[in-house]
Amino acid sequence: MDKKALMIAANKVRQGIITGVYNAKCGHPGGSLSAAEIFTYLYFEEMNIDPKNPKMEDRDRFVLSKGHVAPGLYSTLANRGFFDVEALKTLRHTGSFLQGHPDMKGVPGVDMSSGSLGQGLSAAVGMALAARLQNKDYRVYCLCGDGEIEEGQIWEAAMFAGHRKLDNLVLFVDNNNLQIDGSLDEVCSPNPIDKKFEAFNFYVQVINGNDFDEIAQALKNAREHKGQPSAIVAKTLKGKGVSYMENSCGWHGKAPNAEEYEIAMKELKEEEAALCQM
Amino acid sequence: MSDVKKIATRDSYGNALAELGAEFPNLYVLDADLAAATKTSTFKKAFPERHIDCGIAEANMTGIAAGLATCGIVPFISSFAMFAAGRNFEQVRNSIGYPHLNVKIGATHAGISVGEDGASHQCNEDMALMRSIPGMVVICPSDDVEAKAAVRAAYEYNGPVYLRFGRFGVPVINDNADYKFEIGKGITLKDGSDITIVATGLCVSQALEAAETLAAEGVSARVINIHTVKPLDEELIIKAAKETKMLFTVEEHSIIGGLGSAVCECLAENHPAKVVRIGMRDRFGESGPAAELIHKYGLDAEGIVKTVKENI
Repeated sequence: MDKKALMIAANKVRQGIITGVYNAKCGHPGGSLSAAEIFTYLYFEEMNIDPKNPKMEDRDRFVLSKGHVAPGLYSTLANRGFFDVEALKTLRHTGSFLQGHPDMKGVPGVDMSSGSLGQGLSAAVGMALAARLQNKDYRVYCLCGDGEIEEGQIWEAAMFAGHRKLDNLVLFVDNNNLQIDGSLDEVCSPNPIDKKFEAFNFYVQVINGNDFDEIAQALKNAREHKGQPSAIVAKTLKGKGVSYMENSCGWHGKAPNAEEYEIAMKELKEEEAALCQM
Repeated sequence: MSDVKKIATRDSYGNALAELGAEFPNLYVLDADLAAATKTSTFKKAFPERHIDCGIAEANMTGIAAGLATCGIVPFISSFAMFAAGRNFEQVRNSIGYPHLNVKIGATHAGISVGEDGASHQCNEDMALMRSIPGMVVICPSDDVEAKAAVRAAYEYNGPVYLRFGRFGVPVINDNADYKFEIGKGITLKDGSDITIVATGLCVSQALEAAETLAAEGVSARVINIHTVKPLDEELIIKAAKETKMLFTVEEHSIIGGLGSAVCECLAENHPAKVVRIGMRDRFGESGPAAELIHKYGLDAEGIVKTVKENI
């Protein structure tokens, strides 16, 4: 896909996030929106997957370690064709397969259940190790929050991945700099993030995580870099794409009301129209 | 019983893994720097390429096992019960239990029979924790024969299984041709009509010995070995409640949440009967030789006899 098509796809992903969270009347839009380009690039360009065969044996895997941004993953999977986009309106509803946090048993395309912060990276490391042990060439991608890496288990997993030189593993850290109680520096700073992963024997790149060119280049570099797992520290804007949600802690885990929903969708549709005319 | 052959079930675990490893190439063993103590070193020696030491990081080991299981590997994760179930509870619940992944948890050094290491390492709460996770099978074998059979059954079962092993040598009591291990099926080791002693793990051999003493004193005690604490063999327990006057549960575990609780829950709903729970009575253990601790806390034959006599 060319950059314009990717940008349109990311816009659609954002519309799906807003639709899902609005209909759920709760959920996590901020971190879903910040990671829209990462989700989009992985599922529309990078990963070897088949929406018609979500359990394809040697597919690339993705683990959403920051499971609360399920709306972002679900919207991406739906827009990629794993299931009907209309289903996003059932997010978090009783009986829906779209649980508040990803459930691998229920959602086509979800490779690992997650939601309890700090655990997903370990599972991703297990998948990358499985590929190594079974002489398979699939790759494993993981997305963590920058607040999430305050969890100790992340560093246990990082130590193991670095020690085992799992170069088929790519970790994105969605570095939007905000967590529930405030900015990273106000709460319990994990900075400098890049230096920490370097110390754990990762190949580290720092990029603009809302820019497709930089995501593409970083993933290409990661693929070519042998002997170390990759960490891509993706500087992003929390809430990106919806003016009043941008760079605001308040929109970490809150749904828009009817009026706010209209504003958000209007902004996104205007952006979509502008992109289509490019 | 000093002339009887004694084997710690952690040894049975290591030996069983080495045997199964030869049969099943997708069986892997994960450790957290305790392979020498959990006895998985036996497997490691035979299949070094299928032994993964995760270092002293149990939470990550559990998550790695979950990831491996999604890719068709059958991982056995090994550590002390305190860490495998205690430290790891939430990882087991969310990364293994919730997605119902095919991971086996081999927990050694369970209960007070850990001995001299003391209360910090004597996990008397693991069965309570593991039993509360939906879909988790909880097995506590009584001897070498049963422990090895349990490891095989756990491999053959598709889903998460918690296996509880000890570090203290226990008599081999199931070494007979008729012995058959089936997940969820209790075994009546001795029939009796007055009372029933329901035991699990190393307390089973003590219960048998207690029943002999009681018989000499005119009390006919049935002895049931519950190796699978979850799912509980409810039919066998209800039958015992109907046919005998009262039940005594015996476990090297807290009386809260383990075998005693499981039996009480079953009977309260199905056939109310008096149950006396023998186990750790809402307290921590302490340092000391295993046999002395088992005696001190009333989990040996003498203690069981005493509690039975006080209650009938």
